[in-house]
Amino acid sequence: MAKTKQEKTSLSTNNKASFDFSGGWNYSPSPESISHVKLKERYGLYIDGKFVAPESGKYFRTSNPATEKALAEVAHANEADVDKAVKAARKAYENVWSKLSAKERGKYIYRIARLMQERSRELAVVETMDAGKTIRESRDVDVPLACSHFFYYAGWADKLEYAFPNRKVSSLGVAGQIIPWNFPLLMAAWKIAPALATGNTVVLKPAETTPLTAMLLAEIIHESGLPAGVVNIVTGFGDTGAAIVNHEDVNKIAFTGSTNVGKIIQKAIAGTSKKLTLELGGKSANIIFEDAPIDQAVEGIVNGIFFNQGHVCCAGSRLFVQESVANEVIRKLKDRLDTLYVGDPLDKNTDIGAINSREQYETIQKYIEIGKKEGAEMYESSCSLPKNGLFIRPTLFTNVAQSGRIAQEEIFGPVLTIQTFRTIDEVIQKANNSPYGLAAGVWTDKGSRIFNLTTKLRAGVVWANTYNKFDPVSPFGGYKESGFGREGGLHGLGAYLKMER
Amino acid sequence: MNRNKTVKNIPDFKLSPPVDKVGVEERVARFQTRSIKNEAKIQGLKMVLNMIDLTTLEGKDTPGKVHQLCYKAQHLHDHYPELPTVAAVCVYPTMVAEAKKALGDSGIKVASVSTAFPSGQSTREIKLSDTRFAVENGADEIDMVISRGKFLAGEYDFVFDEIAAIKEVCGKARLKVILETGELASLDQVRRASDIAMYAGADFIKTSTGKIQPAATMQVTYTMLCAIRDFYRKTGVKVGMKPAGGISSSKLALHNLVMVRETLGNEWLNNEWFRFGASSLANDVLMQLVKQQTGHYQSTDYFSID
Repeated sequence: MAKTKQEKTSLSTNNKASFDFSGGWNYSPSPESISHVKLKERYGLYIDGKFVAPESGKYFRTSNPATEKALAEVAHANEADVDKAVKAARKAYENVWSKLSAKERGKYIYRIARLMQERSRELAVVETMDAGKTIRESRDVDVPLACSHFFYYAGWADKLEYAFPNRKVSSLGVAGQIIPWNFPLLMAAWKIAPALATGNTVVLKPAETTPLTAMLLAEIIHESGLPAGVVNIVTGFGDTGAAIVNHEDVNKIAFTGSTNVGKIIQKAIAGTSKKLTLELGGKSANIIFEDAPIDQAVEGIVNGIFFNQGHVCCAGSRLFVQESVANEVIRKLKDRLDTLYVGDPLDKNTDIGAINSREQYETIQKYIEIGKKEGAEMYESSCSLPKNGLFIRPTLFTNVAQSGRIAQEEIFGPVLTIQTFRTIDEVIQKANNSPYGLAAGVWTDKGSRIFNLTTKLRAGVVWANTYNKFDPVSPFGGYKESGFGREGGLHGLGAYLKMER
Repeated sequence: MNRNKTVKNIPDFKLSPPVDKVGVEERVARFQTRSIKNEAKIQGLKMVLNMIDLTTLEGKDTPGKVHQLCYKAQHLHDHYPELPTVAAVCVYPTMVAEAKKALGDSGIKVASVSTAFPSGQSTREIKLSDTRFAVENGADEIDMVISRGKFLAGEYDFVFDEIAAIKEVCGKARLKVILETGELASLDQVRRASDIAMYAGADFIKTSTGKIQPAATMQVTYTMLCAIRDFYRKTGVKVGMKPAGGISSSKLALHNLVMVRETLGNEWLNNEWFRFGASSLANDVLMQLVKQQTGHYQSTDYFSID
């Protein structure tokens, strides 16, 4: 075990005392059954209420990152396919969806939510296979939360005039939506549910590494009897997304993904009347004060950075610990890391699954090398890794400088940087000293300090004594390079409405 | 055996670290999602049996009843080969001699409650002589109760001194200190009481008497395990943990083991450092073990009810 400088100088701890988290009683493998999942060999596009072959004639493979084996072939939509999808969405908007009563719209959304619940096990397993995330998370977080987004927005469909009193609200038209690979089904729900509730029609593009649950969602939407063309799902790469962004008959773009692509999109639609919301990257600060409940804070740090292998835009990737408790927190964090199970995402006892793609795996490895070169001290969990597949041990860097690249740039993996601070003003300054501003966490037993910090931290979400908590009722979005516009809650409805006095 | 001698550098117990209840509940929920199957389950269930303090603490206890319980402790289910025995039999001081005689050289310990169990509402002298009586009758372990009234009134020195005094009388017997967490109201208080007990010399800290609800919830046990972890880190001295009361199903017992494993590690996963205080748990564990072996559940009539 690598000892940090803090440990060597520590007087208050007994260094002989250590805990054995490896040997002894180990949990037997407990894999979730996949026998009920019937994936097709090849998926087409879902356009105008039909599953169709792409005009492009091209397909690409999506694979399981835990094994790197192919799962299915998926259509690669080109400009002509996107044009078809947008035309279908426009036709459905003009002829059917905008004319339907709000109450009827709501009924369809409720129906989609219920069908998703019925197929929740299948959705969870496919999500885990395609994205590499653990079955525990896809079963307990992604899928239930996706369903609750549909339920929540279904409820608003016929109450929009009460949502925004004294405003005349109307739908926008066709929404082009581009979603990332970290929460494939959940992001589809975040995008589709409010768009439908507000009376818009949709062209959605899932990420190229995780298209499968979106195609299952297309099947569910089809089964729900939603009028043809109201939701269209086109799979593909960046060129497919660009075709949506640049299509002249799209009224609104909603994008969740990297800051670089977000900037390209914003440039591309400059000068058009398209509305835009961007939910981009982050390098969120998780701040531990000396009076915090330390054991629970350590859990919060672990959930903050290692949830979904760290592929979370709001991940608490920069840890700030008050110096008086830094040794204790770091030591406990290392102990906790040693109890995490990294491995088969389908095993119910796995805590950390596979890295989503080889490309991302290499990016993370690159940053780990940068961290070492920058002179930060690295600690890796002692856990074993599977022989095959894309896995990275949970990793900590201590003695990190604010000016280090690993403390400034989004790594989007299970890598945490740890910095210490002495005073409250110092930590506020350091936390805000980032081009990003998506989220932050504050751990303290003192209520007044929490309220003080929520007003001073430049972050869209501030969690107090918890981290990575999501609810459809709560708006989510960023400051600065983390994007603009809010999703979730009432704010999320507003992003899909024209509002007049 | 590593015994907890009263440690120097006693901290200010008013400064025991705060505990966040919501965070504890979430952590406990994570333990409960662990899936324990096949070999791990069989191994875990056998460990549970071996950690049980088989308990009878009733006003109507007689030597006959204790004698039967002691036989059960040694012969949990003779139809199942190579089963471990329980760790100890836990009785009132007046039953210690009978239990000692009945258990003979089986290796099963005799634990005696003391200090005016369960309320602890008595004088220091009576508590000391209660303990002395149990030890003289051969008790290997003493399960004392703390003075909750004094604790809640903020008289931490009184509680500390009382535990230290009982510890002295214990001699070679290991001291378990019952916090009666159901009367302490908050996890912050559970943490503080745990710290006081350990610094005063507890070899084990124990949740409950079994007479007050709620008893050994996983939240409370987790809070105490964290306190043990911190104490060990600070002093290098190990302290054992005994949740008691309310653990009657195998599943809950296994989740407790998961919690111990992931909080204190494998060194605590034996009856020297972890016990279950329970009367009906053993039969449920036996039923599960037989089910693992045969593939079906037997009726409760196939498991003796001493």
